[in-house]
Amino acid sequence: MKAIVHVFLKPGVLDVQGKAVEQALHGLGWGGVSGVRVGRTIEFDLAGADAAAAEAEVKAMCDKLLANTVIESYRVEVA
Amino acid sequence: MKAAVIVFPGSNCDRDCKVAIERSTGAHVDMVWHGDTALPDGVDLIVLPGGFSYGDYLRCGAMAALSPVMGEVRAAAERGVATVGICNGFQILCEAGMLPGALLRNEKLKYVCKQVDLEVTNAQTRFTAGYAGRRQVTLTVGNGEGNFFADEPTLERLEGEGQIVFRYLDNPNGSSRGVAGIVNAKGNVLGVMPHPDRAFEPELGSADGAILFQSALASA
Repeated sequence: MKAIVHVFLKPGVLDVQGKAVEQALHGLGWGGVSGVRVGRTIEFDLAGADAAAAEAEVKAMCDKLLANTVIESYRVEVA
Repeated sequence: MKAAVIVFPGSNCDRDCKVAIERSTGAHVDMVWHGDTALPDGVDLIVLPGGFSYGDYLRCGAMAALSPVMGEVRAAAERGVATVGICNGFQILCEAGMLPGALLRNEKLKYVCKQVDLEVTNAQTRFTAGYAGRRQVTLTVGNGEGNFFADEPTLERLEGEGQIVFRYLDNPNGSSRGVAGIVNAKGNVLGVMPHPDRAFEPELGSADGAILFQSALASA
Protein backbone atom coordinates (compact mmCIF):
# COMPACT_ATOMS: atom_id res chain seq x y z
CA MET A 1 0.00 0.00 0.00
CA LYS A 2 1.03 3.57 -0.56
CA ALA A 3 0.82 5.99 2.34
CA ILE A 4 0.90 9.77 1.91
CA VAL A 5 1.18 12.02 4.94
CA HIS A 6 0.61 15.76 4.76
CA VAL A 7 2.01 17.78 7.66
CA PHE A 8 1.21 21.45 8.26
CA LEU A 9 1.67 23.89 11.11
CA LYS A 10 -1.56 24.18 13.10
CA PRO A 11 -3.82 27.14 12.25
CA GLY A 12 -2.88 29.08 15.40
CA VAL A 13 0.86 28.71 14.80
CA LEU A 14 2.48 31.46 12.77
CA ASP A 15 3.83 30.03 9.50
CA VAL A 16 6.55 32.52 8.64
CA GLN A 17 7.55 30.59 5.54
CA GLY A 18 3.98 30.68 4.27
CA LYS A 19 3.84 34.39 4.99
CA ALA A 20 7.04 35.03 3.01
CA VAL A 21 5.76 32.98 0.07
CA GLU A 22 2.48 34.87 0.18
CA GLN A 23 4.28 38.20 0.04
CA ALA A 24 6.37 36.97 -2.89
CA LEU A 25 3.21 35.93 -4.74
CA HIS A 26 1.72 39.35 -4.08
CA GLY A 27 4.92 40.86 -5.46
CA LEU A 28 4.45 38.86 -8.66
CA GLY A 29 1.01 40.35 -9.08
CA TRP A 30 -1.21 37.65 -7.57
CA GLY A 31 -2.88 40.01 -5.14
CA GLY A 32 -5.80 37.68 -4.52
CA VAL A 33 -3.66 35.12 -2.70
CA SER A 34 -4.13 34.76 1.05
CA GLY A 35 -3.64 32.19 3.80
CA VAL A 36 -0.54 30.52 2.31
CA ARG A 37 0.74 27.62 4.43
CA VAL A 38 3.91 25.70 3.62
CA GLY A 39 3.90 22.10 4.75
CA ARG A 40 5.56 18.85 3.83
CA THR A 41 4.49 15.61 2.22
CA ILE A 42 5.93 12.25 3.21
CA GLU A 43 5.28 9.20 1.01
CA PHE A 44 6.14 5.59 1.60
CA ASP A 45 5.13 2.03 0.82
CA LEU A 46 3.68 -0.04 3.59
CA ALA A 47 3.34 -3.81 3.71
CA GLY A 48 -0.17 -5.21 4.32
CA ALA A 49 -3.54 -5.08 2.59
CA ASP A 50 -5.93 -3.78 5.25
CA ALA A 51 -6.48 -0.07 4.61
CA ALA A 52 -8.03 0.66 8.02
CA ALA A 53 -5.19 -1.04 9.89
CA ALA A 54 -2.64 0.75 7.70
CA GLU A 55 -4.24 4.11 8.40
CA ALA A 56 -4.13 3.49 12.15
CA GLU A 57 -0.49 2.48 11.87
CA VAL A 58 0.44 5.58 9.85
CA LYS A 59 -1.35 7.80 12.38
CA ALA A 60 0.72 6.21 15.15
CA MET A 61 3.86 7.01 13.09
CA CYS A 62 2.69 10.62 12.81
CA ASP A 63 2.14 10.95 16.55
CA LYS A 64 5.50 9.39 17.32
CA LEU A 65 7.77 10.91 14.68
CA LEU A 66 6.39 12.32 11.44
CA ALA A 67 4.61 15.27 13.04
CA ASN A 68 5.18 17.26 16.21
CA THR A 69 1.62 17.57 17.43
CA VAL A 70 2.52 20.49 19.69
CA ILE A 71 2.77 22.65 16.57
CA GLU A 72 1.69 20.54 13.60
CA SER A 73 -1.41 18.75 12.37
CA TYR A 74 -1.40 15.96 9.81
CA ARG A 75 -3.63 14.27 7.25
CA VAL A 76 -3.13 10.66 6.16
CA GLU A 77 -4.04 9.08 2.81
CA VAL A 78 -3.70 5.34 2.37
CA ALA A 79 -4.37 3.65 -0.97
CA MET B 1 32.30 16.31 39.74
CA LYS B 2 31.43 14.60 36.48
CA ALA B 3 29.69 15.88 33.40
CA ALA B 4 28.73 14.18 30.15
CA VAL B 5 28.30 15.87 26.79
CA ILE B 6 26.19 13.90 24.33
CA VAL B 7 27.54 13.89 20.78
CA PHE B 8 25.00 13.45 18.00
CA PRO B 9 25.95 13.25 14.33
CA GLY B 10 25.87 16.94 13.37
CA SER B 11 26.46 18.36 16.85
CA ASN B 12 28.97 21.18 16.49
CA CYS B 13 29.19 22.71 19.95
CA ASP B 14 30.13 19.49 21.73
CA ARG B 15 33.81 20.45 22.05
CA ASP B 16 32.85 23.99 23.08
CA CYS B 17 30.69 22.56 25.87
CA LYS B 18 33.48 20.29 27.08
CA VAL B 19 36.00 23.12 27.23
CA ALA B 20 33.48 25.52 28.78
CA ILE B 21 32.57 23.07 31.54
CA GLU B 22 36.18 22.07 32.22
CA ARG B 23 37.45 25.64 32.41
CA SER B 24 34.56 27.06 34.38
CA THR B 25 34.11 24.22 36.88
CA GLY B 26 37.15 21.93 36.73
CA ALA B 27 34.76 18.98 36.35
CA HIS B 28 35.75 15.89 34.42
CA VAL B 29 33.84 15.79 31.14
CA ASP B 30 33.12 12.63 29.17
CA MET B 31 31.93 12.71 25.58
CA VAL B 32 29.11 10.22 25.04
CA TRP B 33 28.22 9.06 21.52
CA HIS B 34 24.51 9.14 20.69
CA GLY B 35 24.55 5.43 19.86
CA ASP B 36 25.71 4.47 23.35
CA THR B 37 23.20 3.03 25.75
CA ALA B 38 24.97 3.90 28.99
CA LEU B 39 26.10 7.12 30.67
CA PRO B 40 29.26 7.33 32.79
CA ASP B 41 28.67 6.20 36.38
CA GLY B 42 27.86 8.95 38.84
CA VAL B 43 27.34 11.66 36.26
CA ASP B 44 26.26 14.98 37.87
CA LEU B 45 25.45 16.97 34.75
CA ILE B 46 24.32 15.97 31.25
CA VAL B 47 24.63 18.47 28.41
CA LEU B 48 22.97 18.19 25.01
CA PRO B 49 25.01 20.58 22.87
CA GLY B 50 24.13 22.88 20.00
CA GLY B 51 24.52 22.10 16.34
CA PHE B 52 22.49 20.49 13.61
CA SER B 53 21.93 16.93 14.82
CA TYR B 54 20.99 14.65 11.92
CA GLY B 55 21.20 17.67 9.62
CA ASP B 56 17.96 19.03 11.14
CA TYR B 57 16.16 16.40 9.04
CA LEU B 58 12.37 16.29 9.42
CA ARG B 59 12.40 18.83 12.30
CA CYS B 60 15.23 20.21 14.42
CA GLY B 61 15.98 17.64 17.10
CA ALA B 62 13.33 15.13 15.96
CA MET B 63 15.72 12.35 15.01
CA ALA B 64 18.14 12.97 17.87
CA ALA B 65 15.26 12.68 20.35
CA LEU B 66 14.97 9.04 19.27
CA SER B 67 18.70 8.26 19.54
CA PRO B 68 19.60 5.19 21.62
CA VAL B 69 21.31 7.31 24.30
CA MET B 70 18.17 9.35 24.93
CA GLY B 71 16.59 6.49 26.87
CA GLU B 72 19.42 6.80 29.39
CA VAL B 73 19.27 10.59 29.39
CA ARG B 74 15.56 10.44 30.13
CA ALA B 75 16.07 7.88 32.92
CA ALA B 76 18.86 9.98 34.48
CA ALA B 77 16.72 13.12 34.31
CA GLU B 78 13.89 11.24 35.98
CA ARG B 79 16.32 10.31 38.77
CA GLY B 80 16.97 14.02 39.19
CA VAL B 81 20.30 14.45 37.37
CA ALA B 82 20.81 18.03 36.15
CA THR B 83 20.28 18.05 32.37
CA VAL B 84 20.88 21.03 30.10
CA GLY B 85 19.97 21.33 26.43
CA ILE B 86 21.60 24.25 24.67
CA CYS B 87 20.18 25.51 21.36
CA ASN B 88 19.78 22.31 19.30
CA GLY B 89 19.87 20.52 22.67
CA PHE B 90 16.81 22.56 23.74
CA GLN B 91 15.05 21.52 20.53
CA ILE B 92 15.93 17.88 21.25
CA LEU B 93 14.53 18.08 24.80
CA CYS B 94 11.25 19.50 23.44
CA GLU B 95 11.05 16.85 20.73
CA ALA B 96 11.72 14.19 23.36
CA GLY B 97 8.82 15.53 25.43
CA MET B 98 11.19 16.28 28.32
CA LEU B 99 10.31 19.98 28.11
CA PRO B 100 7.01 21.53 26.99
CA GLY B 101 6.59 23.53 23.79
CA ALA B 102 8.55 23.59 20.56
CA LEU B 103 11.00 25.83 18.71
CA LEU B 104 9.68 27.34 15.47
CA ARG B 105 11.38 29.07 12.57
CA ASN B 106 12.51 32.55 13.60
CA GLU B 107 9.84 35.17 13.04
CA LYS B 108 11.91 37.10 10.50
CA LEU B 109 13.16 33.88 8.81
CA LYS B 110 16.74 34.90 9.60
CA TYR B 111 19.49 32.97 11.31
CA VAL B 112 20.35 35.17 14.27
CA CYS B 113 23.91 35.12 15.56
CA LYS B 114 24.76 37.77 18.11
CA GLN B 115 25.27 38.67 21.72
CA VAL B 116 22.01 39.03 23.63
CA ASP B 117 21.07 40.47 26.99
CA LEU B 118 18.79 38.31 29.06
CA GLU B 119 16.65 38.89 32.10
CA VAL B 120 17.21 36.24 34.76
CA THR B 121 13.52 35.62 35.31
CA ASN B 122 14.05 32.99 37.98
CA ALA B 123 17.34 32.93 39.90
CA GLN B 124 16.09 30.24 42.26
CA THR B 125 16.67 27.25 40.01
CA ARG B 126 19.65 24.94 40.38
CA PHE B 127 20.98 26.34 37.11
CA THR B 128 20.66 30.01 37.95
CA ALA B 129 21.34 30.18 41.70
CA GLY B 130 24.75 31.71 40.95
CA TYR B 131 23.06 34.71 39.33
CA ALA B 132 21.29 35.65 42.58
CA GLY B 133 21.12 39.41 42.91
CA ARG B 134 21.70 39.91 39.19
CA ARG B 135 18.84 40.78 36.93
CA GLN B 136 20.69 40.70 33.65
CA VAL B 137 23.20 38.43 31.97
CA THR B 138 24.81 38.40 28.53
CA LEU B 139 25.09 35.28 26.38
CA THR B 140 25.27 34.61 22.64
CA VAL B 141 22.54 33.23 20.39
CA GLY B 142 23.07 31.39 17.12
CA ASN B 143 19.82 29.96 15.80
CA GLY B 144 17.44 29.82 12.85
CA GLU B 145 14.73 28.02 14.76
CA GLY B 146 14.77 29.53 18.21
CA ASN B 147 11.26 30.91 18.28
CA PHE B 148 9.78 29.28 21.37
CA PHE B 149 6.14 28.32 21.02
CA ALA B 150 3.68 26.78 23.44
CA ASP B 151 -0.09 27.12 23.68
CA GLU B 152 -1.51 29.75 26.05
CA PRO B 153 -2.37 27.39 28.94
CA THR B 154 1.17 25.99 28.84
CA LEU B 155 2.68 29.49 28.78
CA GLU B 156 0.48 30.49 31.71
CA ARG B 157 1.61 27.44 33.64
CA LEU B 158 5.29 28.04 32.85
CA GLU B 159 4.94 31.64 33.96
CA GLY B 160 2.97 30.80 37.10
CA GLU B 161 5.30 28.04 38.22
CA GLY B 162 8.47 30.08 37.67
CA GLN B 163 9.60 27.73 34.91
CA ILE B 164 10.59 30.60 32.62
CA VAL B 165 14.22 31.04 33.62
CA PHE B 166 15.61 33.47 31.02
CA ARG B 167 13.86 36.04 28.87
CA TYR B 168 15.28 38.13 26.02
CA LEU B 169 15.39 41.84 26.77
CA ASP B 170 15.25 42.44 23.02
CA ASN B 171 13.52 39.41 21.49
CA PRO B 172 15.63 38.34 18.47
CA ASN B 173 13.43 35.56 17.07
CA GLY B 174 9.80 36.13 18.01
CA SER B 175 9.73 33.75 20.99
CA SER B 176 6.43 33.65 22.89
CA ARG B 177 6.68 35.93 25.92
CA GLY B 178 10.34 36.48 25.11
CA VAL B 179 11.26 33.03 26.40
CA ALA B 180 14.97 32.21 26.08
CA GLY B 181 15.12 29.37 28.59
CA ILE B 182 12.76 27.14 30.60
CA VAL B 183 12.99 24.35 33.16
CA ASN B 184 10.75 21.32 33.61
CA ALA B 185 8.29 21.13 36.51
CA LYS B 186 10.84 19.30 38.67
CA GLY B 187 13.46 21.96 37.96
CA ASN B 188 16.29 19.63 36.92
CA VAL B 189 15.98 19.89 33.13
CA LEU B 190 16.88 23.21 31.50
CA GLY B 191 16.47 24.18 27.87
CA VAL B 192 18.21 27.38 26.85
CA MET B 193 18.47 28.86 23.36
CA PRO B 194 21.45 31.22 23.94
CA HIS B 195 24.83 29.54 24.43
CA PRO B 196 26.48 29.62 27.87
CA ASP B 197 29.25 27.63 26.15
CA ARG B 198 30.04 30.65 23.99
CA ALA B 199 30.27 33.06 26.90
CA PHE B 200 32.36 31.54 29.65
CA GLU B 201 35.44 33.81 29.66
CA PRO B 202 35.76 37.61 29.38
CA GLU B 203 37.75 37.14 26.14
CA LEU B 204 34.54 35.80 24.57
CA GLY B 205 32.71 39.02 25.38
CA SER B 206 31.03 37.67 28.49
CA ALA B 207 31.81 35.17 31.22
CA ASP B 208 28.20 34.88 32.39
CA GLY B 209 27.80 31.40 30.92
CA ALA B 210 30.37 29.98 33.34
CA ILE B 211 28.02 30.72 36.25
CA LEU B 212 25.35 28.49 34.74
CA PHE B 213 27.69 25.47 34.62
CA GLN B 214 29.03 26.28 38.10
CA SER B 215 25.50 26.50 39.53
CA ALA B 216 24.41 23.26 37.86
CA LEU B 217 27.35 21.34 39.31
CA ALA B 218 27.22 23.03 42.72
CA SER B 219 23.64 21.78 43.04
CA ALA B 220 24.56 18.16 42.30
